[in-house]
Amino acid sequence: MTRATRIDSVVAGKRVIVCAGSGGVGKTTTAAAIAAGLAVRGQRAIVLTIDPARRLADALGLPDLGNEEHRVDPRRLEQAGIRGDGELWAMTLDAKLTFDELIERDAPDVETRDAVLANPIYRQLSNAVAGSQEYMAMEKLYELHESGRYDVLVLDTPPTRNALDFLDAPGRLSRFIDSRSLQVFRASGRAGLGLFGRGAGAMLAVLERATGVDLLRDLADFFNAFGGMAEGFRDRARRVESLLREEGTTFLLVTSPRAAAIADAGHFHGKLASSGMPFGALIVNRVREPVAADADDARLGSELADRLGPKLARKVVHDVADRNRLAERDARNIERMRAELHGGKLLTVPELSGDVHDLDGLAALAARLFAKRRS
Amino acid sequence: MGALLDRRLVFVTGKGGVGKTTVAAALGIAAARAGRRTLVCEVADQERLTAVFGLRAAGFREVEIEPCLNAFSVNPEDAISEWLRYQLHSRTLAGLLGGSRIFQYLATAAPGLAEMVTIGKVWELAQLERKTPSAAPYDLVIVDAPATGHGLALLRAPRTFGEIARVGPINRQAEIVDRFVRDSTTTAVIAVALAEEMPVSETLDLERRLRDELGASLDHVFVNAVLPNRLSGAEAKQIEAARSGTPTASARGERSTGTVAALDASLAAHRTARAQRSQLARLRRGLDAEATTLPHLLTADVGRDGLDRLATRLERAL
Repeated sequence: MTRATRIDSVVAGKRVIVCAGSGGVGKTTTAAAIAAGLAVRGQRAIVLTIDPARRLADALGLPDLGNEEHRVDPRRLEQAGIRGDGELWAMTLDAKLTFDELIERDAPDVETRDAVLANPIYRQLSNAVAGSQEYMAMEKLYELHESGRYDVLVLDTPPTRNALDFLDAPGRLSRFIDSRSLQVFRASGRAGLGLFGRGAGAMLAVLERATGVDLLRDLADFFNAFGGMAEGFRDRARRVESLLREEGTTFLLVTSPRAAAIADAGHFHGKLASSGMPFGALIVNRVREPVAADADDARLGSELADRLGPKLARKVVHDVADRNRLAERDARNIERMRAELHGGKLLTVPELSGDVHDLDGLAALAARLFAKRRS
Repeated sequence: MGALLDRRLVFVTGKGGVGKTTVAAALGIAAARAGRRTLVCEVADQERLTAVFGLRAAGFREVEIEPCLNAFSVNPEDAISEWLRYQLHSRTLAGLLGGSRIFQYLATAAPGLAEMVTIGKVWELAQLERKTPSAAPYDLVIVDAPATGHGLALLRAPRTFGEIARVGPINRQAEIVDRFVRDSTTTAVIAVALAEEMPVSETLDLERRLRDELGASLDHVFVNAVLPNRLSGAEAKQIEAARSGTPTASARGERSTGTVAALDASLAAHRTARAQRSQLARLRRGLDAEATTLPHLLTADVGRDGLDRLATRLERAL
C-alpha cells in the first residue's frame, strides 16, 4: 500500500472530533488513538468515552467513577512510544451524573432540585434510558468545549445498533423537556387543559384508562418541577447542535469491513449529509490484507513441500487460501463503501495482532492513522 | 442446554458486531428442523434478520420464511398503537388517542416506553394464547436483541415500568411480562461472543449484570467465528525454522512464489488461533453458563449455506 490516506489533514485545526459507528467496530480505541496522536503533535487532547472496556480503562488510568478528567500518565505514554509536547486526557462519561449536575446547577431553588431528583420519572429518565446517554454525552462535550481547557475534544459515541439514533436522541430529549410540551402536564388537574380545547379533558380520561392515574400524576409533578428549567435546556440543546455544525467540528465514521457494519456506516454518512453535519472521514478498522502468495500456485505448493513435507505444506496452503478469501471479502466491502462516499476520505487500518486494549496497542493504531512525523 | 428449544422465548444478545443476527437465524433454522413452529424476531429497525435469509423486510407482521420458520420485526411506533388498541378495546379511541398531542407528549416523555412496548409485543408473540386475533401460537420465539447494554435495558423495561406506574393497568401488565422474561422455564437469555478480549469481558459482565440487576441467569454462550488451528506446537516450530532458513526470493534472484509470505501467513493464523483459545479458556473460567464454539465460516458471505452449516453445528450442541 503506497501513499496511504492518513487522518492528519482531516483532524488538523479541529476542536471537536466525534467518532460514530455501530457497536464492536473499535470506536473507543480509535477515538483514544486519535487523541493520543494529537497529543504527540503537541495538543492538549481529551478523549471522552462511554463504558470503555475494563482493560482499556485501566490502560488510560480511568477509575470506575465517571465524569472526572484524568491525565494519562506521561511516563506510561512514553514507555508505549507516545511522546510529544502535548497532553493526553481521558474521561468516562456518566449520563446520570451529568444529568444530576445539570439539575443541581439549573434548579432555581433547593425544593425544586430535590423534587426533580426524587421524582420516579426523572430517576428512570436519567438512568441510561436510551437517548439520555446520547444527550448527556453532548452536554458534557459542550461544557468541556466552553471551558476552553483543551485544544481538542475527541468524543466516542454510545454504541447504537442503529447509529442514526445518536443524532436524533438529543433532539428527542430536548423536545420532551421543551416548555411548550410541559404546558400539558403542568396543568395538574383537568381545569388547566382548557388551552388544548374541549377534547383534552376527555382525552385525558382515555389516557388514564390506558395508563393508570399514578403515572399521570408523577408526570405532572415532574413537569411542574422541571418547568422553570426547560427554557435553559432548550437553549443549550440549540447551542450544542450549532457546535456540531461548526467549522471546528468533524465527524469520523468508524466501521469494520463486515458487510453489516459497512451498511450502517453508509446510512450514517447519508444522515450526516442530510442534517448538515461535517463529515471528515470513514475509518475502516481491522482490514485483513492479502498474502503475497497464491494458494493455487503449484510452484508454491512444491516449494513448501520441499521444506515442510507434503502434509504440513498442505496446511500452510490452506491457511493462505483462508486469509486471501477473507481479504478479498474485506476489499470488496470497502470498494462498495468507497463508491458510496463519492470521493469522501476513506482510511483503512490493517488488522493488528489481537485487539487493542493497552497503550502499546493505542500507539500502534495511532501510527497507522497518522502520517509519520518528521523528527 | 438441551432444553433451550423447549422454552417459549430465547433472547439473543452480546457485544456489537459478534454475529448475533447470524446466530439467531441459525438457531431459528435448527428449531424449525426440530419441528418447532418458530418465529425469529428483530427489535431494531434494521431488518437484518430477513436480509440474511435473502428476503425483503418483514415489517410489523408475521411473515413465513419457510415451513415452521417465520419472521417479525417489532418497531415501537406500531407496538404502541397495537397496545393502545388492546388497552382501550377500540380502534377508534386508540386512533384518536394515538394521534393526539397529549399522547405524543406522553409517548416521547415516558422514559423507556419504547422498550416496554417492544418487550411487551415480544411477550405477546410468545404466548400460547395470542391476543392478536386469529394468530396461531408459536412453539418458540427467538429475539435478535440489541447489544448488551440496550439488550439488558429491554429485559429490564418491565421492571422499570412497574416502578414508574405503581398501580393500574400498565403496572399489572409490566409485572406479567417481567415474570415471564425472568422465568428460566419460559425464557432463555443467550449471549453471542467472539474469542477476543473485549467480547469475552463484556460477556462475563453480562452474566454478572443479569444476575445482579434482574435476578436472571445467562443460559448459554455461543462463541462465534472460532478459527481453525491447523498447526500443532511442533509444526509451528518447524515452520518457524523453515522461515528463518529460507532466503527471500530476491536474495536468490528468483521470481517470488511467496513462500516466505505463505509461511508468515500460516504462523499468523496459528498465533490468532492460539490467542482465541486462550480467550476461550478465560471465558470458560469466569462463566457459570456453558459455552459452545461455532466455526468461522471463512467464506465470502455467510449466506444460506453458511446458516445451514451453523444450524447443523447448533443441532449437535443442543
